[in-house]
Amino acid sequence: MARIDVRKTYKLYIGGAFPRSESGHSYEVADSKGRFVANAALASRKDVRDAVVAARKAASGWAGRTAYNRGQILYRIAEVMEDRRPQFEEAVRQSEGITAAAARSQVDAAIDRLVWYAGWADKLAQVIGNANPVAGPFFNHTAPEPTGVVGVLAPQSSSLLGLVSVVAPVIVTGNVAVVVSSYDRPLPAVTFSEVLATSDVPGGVVNILTGDAVVLGPWLAAHMDVNAIDLAGVAGDAELATSLEVAAADNLKRVRRAPETEPDWTNDPGLSPMTGFVEHKTVWHPIGI
Amino acid sequence: MGFEYAPAPESRSIVDIKASYGLFIDGEFVDGRGSSFKTINPATEETLAEVAEASDADVDLAVKAARRAFRGWSRMSGKERAKYLFRIARIIQERGRELAVLESIDNGKPIKESRDVDVPVVAAHFFYYAGWADKLEYAGLGPNPQPLGVAGQVIPWNFPLLMLAWKVAPALACGNTVVLKPAETTPLTALLFAEICQQADLPPGVVNIVTGAGGTGQAVVSHPDVDKVAFTGSTAVGKAIARAIAGTDKKATLELGGKAANIVFDDAAIDQAIEGIVGGIFFNQGHVCCAGSRLLVQESVADEVLARLKRRMGTLRVGDPLDKNTDIGAINSAEQLGRIRELSEIGVAEGAERWAPACDLPSSGFWFPPTIFTGVTQAHRIAREEVFGPVLSVLTFRTPAEAVEKANNTPYGLSAGVWTEKGSRILHMASQLRAGVVWANTFNKFDPTSPFGGYKESGYGREGGRQGLAAYLKGADA
Amino acid sequence: MSTTVPTDPAPGLAAYSEVTASEASLRRFLHGLPGVDQVGAEARAAGLGTRSIKTTAKAWALDLAIRMVDLTTLEGQDTPGKVRALANKALRPDPADPSCPSVAAVCVYGDLVGEVKAIVGSQVNVAAVATAFPSGRASMAVKLADTRDAVAQGADEIDMVIDRGAFLAGHYLQVFEEIVATREACVRPDGSHAHLKVIFETGELQTYDNVRRASWLAMLAGTDFIKTSTGKVQPAATLPVTLVMLEAVRDFREATGVQIGVKPAGGIRTTKDAIKYLVMVNEIAGDDWLDPDWFRFGASTLLNDLLMQRTKMTTGRYSGPDYFTLD
Repeated sequence: MARIDVRKTYKLYIGGAFPRSESGHSYEVADSKGRFVANAALASRKDVRDAVVAARKAASGWAGRTAYNRGQILYRIAEVMEDRRPQFEEAVRQSEGITAAAARSQVDAAIDRLVWYAGWADKLAQVIGNANPVAGPFFNHTAPEPTGVVGVLAPQSSSLLGLVSVVAPVIVTGNVAVVVSSYDRPLPAVTFSEVLATSDVPGGVVNILTGDAVVLGPWLAAHMDVNAIDLAGVAGDAELATSLEVAAADNLKRVRRAPETEPDWTNDPGLSPMTGFVEHKTVWHPIGI
Repeated sequence: MGFEYAPAPESRSIVDIKASYGLFIDGEFVDGRGSSFKTINPATEETLAEVAEASDADVDLAVKAARRAFRGWSRMSGKERAKYLFRIARIIQERGRELAVLESIDNGKPIKESRDVDVPVVAAHFFYYAGWADKLEYAGLGPNPQPLGVAGQVIPWNFPLLMLAWKVAPALACGNTVVLKPAETTPLTALLFAEICQQADLPPGVVNIVTGAGGTGQAVVSHPDVDKVAFTGSTAVGKAIARAIAGTDKKATLELGGKAANIVFDDAAIDQAIEGIVGGIFFNQGHVCCAGSRLLVQESVADEVLARLKRRMGTLRVGDPLDKNTDIGAINSAEQLGRIRELSEIGVAEGAERWAPACDLPSSGFWFPPTIFTGVTQAHRIAREEVFGPVLSVLTFRTPAEAVEKANNTPYGLSAGVWTEKGSRILHMASQLRAGVVWANTFNKFDPTSPFGGYKESGYGREGGRQGLAAYLKGADA
Repeated sequence: MSTTVPTDPAPGLAAYSEVTASEASLRRFLHGLPGVDQVGAEARAAGLGTRSIKTTAKAWALDLAIRMVDLTTLEGQDTPGKVRALANKALRPDPADPSCPSVAAVCVYGDLVGEVKAIVGSQVNVAAVATAFPSGRASMAVKLADTRDAVAQGADEIDMVIDRGAFLAGHYLQVFEEIVATREACVRPDGSHAHLKVIFETGELQTYDNVRRASWLAMLAGTDFIKTSTGKVQPAATLPVTLVMLEAVRDFREATGVQIGVKPAGGIRTTKDAIKYLVMVNEIAGDDWLDPDWFRFGASTLLNDLLMQRTKMTTGRYSGPDYFTLD
């Protein structure tokens, strides 16, 4: 007799814990052919609220880590992902309806991207910061700092590489993230959250909500304790993107605008995914005896 | 007998104010199609000139001129663009006293400041960005830096010419052309700057200046052919701009309000800290977005600091902006004076204790004495809202952690000050304060090489320094 | 200028007796004084330097500055003839204008006190440098003998130097005791005392923190004046150094009720400079110090520039050096 497998419950990831949605709701996740795969927790606005609280709580601790330490932790995420490759490959294949080989290459790229960003942790300040030769007896320098809590609407198509490509730059720069996963393809994000939970990432630094960016986006965009928002997940929906940008203006969030269509995430990201979420702080001090 | 300084007025004859001014579009002064408004001397309420109020059609003409000029200006080699900016910088130096006097007349700021701070820093700004024009590919902002196009720039009345320089110099250096709207109450130095552009033979349309009020500003930032918006002003207007450009490709730099904490520890170099407090809040009548308007003083030295502060405030000279010995000039407008008065009265009504040194204020014009409020807590409106005037709220703290908590407990995040003789504490505080500029053992220092801009609701983007270039280049990673 | 030595220290000063009870407590106290940020202090001094003094205010300032001058010659080549000339100049700085006031004092080496005194009598004070001026490198016995000799010759004021070596080595109590002893050596047989000015040689102390500490140390030791420099070391008097000293006397009076004078010396050559100092006195220490009893300029060439400017004020035209005496 065939063994009945033990299924996983796909939950939210908030503050380092895996709760169900506060609303009690879940939704059916199908594979690319429309076959039922699992029920995912359907995050509500109150889950957004809780995730922002958890993120804020984690923010100063994460920003206070040394850049070296953050780099180590990002690299650790890559290591643990590597360890769970088969699971990621299967999840990506199933979600995106691509071949096993294509899924493998997506997972490769996602892990490699984390490694790439891990290395940036202790270099970005050197590349985009500077000493300023002011015309007076003052030491003056400018260095990037995290902007704080970043709302991330993860891409809808690229369930893992896209997700990693928007989350890694946020956290490597010392920010904390409240992420809304792809609605139709949430399962790689849930598995990714399990990786985060076992990769020395402090609870609350990344919070992942499975649910609908159309529903949750406005709550994140309008939240007055969110400092920035990445609208990648509403690419192509200009009307929604505009309304989110308008809402984001309520507390002048830094906005990474939604592209017209979802980009090819295998392209070189450049620095802008990181620089969009840092603040340049300039410090002056007199030079004297 | 005491030392009574006799009046030492700077000569006004150096400036020639015309009866009326048009708009500067496409290299020429032209009559506006809209109405006009008066600009006055806030120290005397005398009308200085009649200035055209640019209509939507005028703004459209200016944007079109800028768009036409963009073609040539953006393709001109950086080396040549640089020489125009160097020329402008030199002319500003040559006409420095004239600019300073005009600024003081139109704005009300003391000549000491317009002469020794505003105008020299304006010239320095053009020099600094002139040098960047032919070195953009070395700025670390990508291999092929390209200008954005037409920049719509709206600036405030507190540093009229300096804010113009902060906006125009980097925009031009990067190959953009600009349509700039000076503040309604302080248009004159911008119009004199237009003359300077003519003297420099700057190609027509590269700089266009449209005077007017809020409506004109709105027309500039929302014009569909403007690629870049740069605004310095209130947070409320900044938010409106952010909403207006939502869903467009326009890039924005917003330099908005502030409510900076100036934190004095018990081991501070006290005499310099007092100077920093005074300069932090009374410089430019407190019309400074990064003013140190919240003094956070360690409770153990609060009495001593206050006593010294009050004594020092007693030596501040309030009066004629053109008198070289004036420390505090006129409030820029009746409207602003009204707001300062209103918030001060709320401070009293909320139970804070108000103190100002005895000082004779002139009978005409807009004046407000240097004022401090003690017994202020975070719950008082004067500790939360930007007064934008010579009004300091004094709060106390006990520990560094409490100082950080109180300093950061505001939606703003433009600047902060720290006064302590302990090096490691300075660096700790500097890292904890959520502000774009941290002045440690100094305050209100500005330099073209030093990026300036805020966290949180104080806006986004940086002006000045290498970072200031990123605001005017395509796809630039600051 | 003769006052009686008080039998007890001022009541405000008594509170500080513990401070000077031991090397450790004095050190703790001096190092507990607020620091001075160099850049901030210099910016403040420069800011005051931009005050523009015109017309009546300037005329008043010029006469006050002349009355504050300690007309000084401290050269190896000083002769009786040289100092007599200087003494005459001190009495009548502008022979062409009897309304021109005399200076405060003539400052010379101790052996020439009598020559000066013979001319100026009690109309202008005679100040003598002492305590192995300018280096201060001699035994205490020699320094005190030097002081007593000058006082015996009739010096109204004694400008002593501190032992900068001791100060920089952290031997604050030694410096304190030297000042106390010198102060005692200033006492005349009738119980009055020559006014004591303590020279720090701020150019050798280097930091403003040291200047503030030296100021408090000297004031606690009972000096009448604190003075920047000997004129033999560069930099001598500067605006920021004087600023720090003016802050010290202001704070000292607030703490103890005792008022101490300040004397910048060396390097002040022009009227423009002198007026900057007066503005600083006015705004930092206040009106009470705008008096030759409480503020002096140690200078020589300054006087002629003040006189030229004074003539310009009265005649309305620029004058030239030929019209003022070179002494």
